[in-house]
Amino acid sequence: MAHPIVRYWLVILGMGLVTYALRLSAIPLYGRGDVPPAVRRALRFVPPAVLTALAAPAMLRPAGGVDLSLTNLHLVAGSVAALVAWKTRSALLTIAAGMAMLWALAAAAR
Amino acid sequence: MRDPSPRAEFAAGAKAEVPVLFGVVPFGLIYGALALQAGIPPGAALAMSSVVLAGSAQFVGTQLFAAGAPGALIILTTFIVNLRHMLYSASVAPYLSRLGLRWKMLLAYLLTDEAYAMTITHYQQTGTPTPALPARGGAREDQRHWFFLGAGATLWTTWQVSTAIGLYVGARIPASWNLEFALPLTFVALVVPAVTDRATAAAAVAAGIVAVLAHGLALRLGLILAAVTGIGVGILTEWRTR
Repeated sequence: MAHPIVRYWLVILGMGLVTYALRLSAIPLYGRGDVPPAVRRALRFVPPAVLTALAAPAMLRPAGGVDLSLTNLHLVAGSVAALVAWKTRSALLTIAAGMAMLWALAAAAR
Repeated sequence: MRDPSPRAEFAAGAKAEVPVLFGVVPFGLIYGALALQAGIPPGAALAMSSVVLAGSAQFVGTQLFAAGAPGALIILTTFIVNLRHMLYSASVAPYLSRLGLRWKMLLAYLLTDEAYAMTITHYQQTGTPTPALPARGGAREDQRHWFFLGAGATLWTTWQVSTAIGLYVGARIPASWNLEFALPLTFVALVVPAVTDRATAAAAVAAGIVAVLAHGLALRLGLILAAVTGIGVGILTEWRTR
């Protein structure tokens, strides 16, 4: 059994290696030989799918359970932010509008 | 007109990442504070932020350390929690194919959720992958990997500093400020321009529904399930409308 400190470092190194392997995976392979058209088509959908999957739970399940009501402040603020994103295409304005909306609604609800 | 020089690309990448930092800082602070509570030595907790560089995996890892889980289980769990990075890797690969191995290895290290989101948006909004661009060494050579580096380095630095503050000072941002909501808002800001037609809209909606319904699954499996479903629905929609 290794010394506890050594164990922490070994496990962290292992965590880093598997994470790095996943991040590197496709990058050196691309361009060696032909990429099947099906793969190219699929890659187009990675950004919309992943970005929505990252954002949606924080809007629709802010407190754990699914909440589609207007009392879900995160959903209202997120919808306003989506509208701002659509109109302005600015990340900064989108975040500012969403946060301001959330703070205003939370203050009003208190 | 966009300035495509390396310096301008780097600065643009760093600047693009700034709004995200409002959401990243609270996570870093909380991670640092939790790692300390879990009994992880501060040096090791800090090292985890630079060696692993993945917020959700670090949170789960910290919990497992605290529970006395075996190292192999912690590493396997990290692998599963970070599976989505394979999708990011495949998604940016066409844009990096022209670069040397050292650039590829460096940028892969910086391929976090936030850096991926900003970088892929920049790549898609500023043109096609490599084949259509001028030959290597040309005056208009593609320098957008500097944007990736600028975004990645900004996020890296913020993550290290905020976890260090969380470890040595503690997390003192009131929860009522809801600052971590800035993170999903950033993804909202980026997904809107990524939806350009019916198929990408279908991919986004399907991924969103699955992500919400499967959010309770352990190890962030809901996220990868949602992403794969979204990609599948996107392909099917495109195929049917052709």
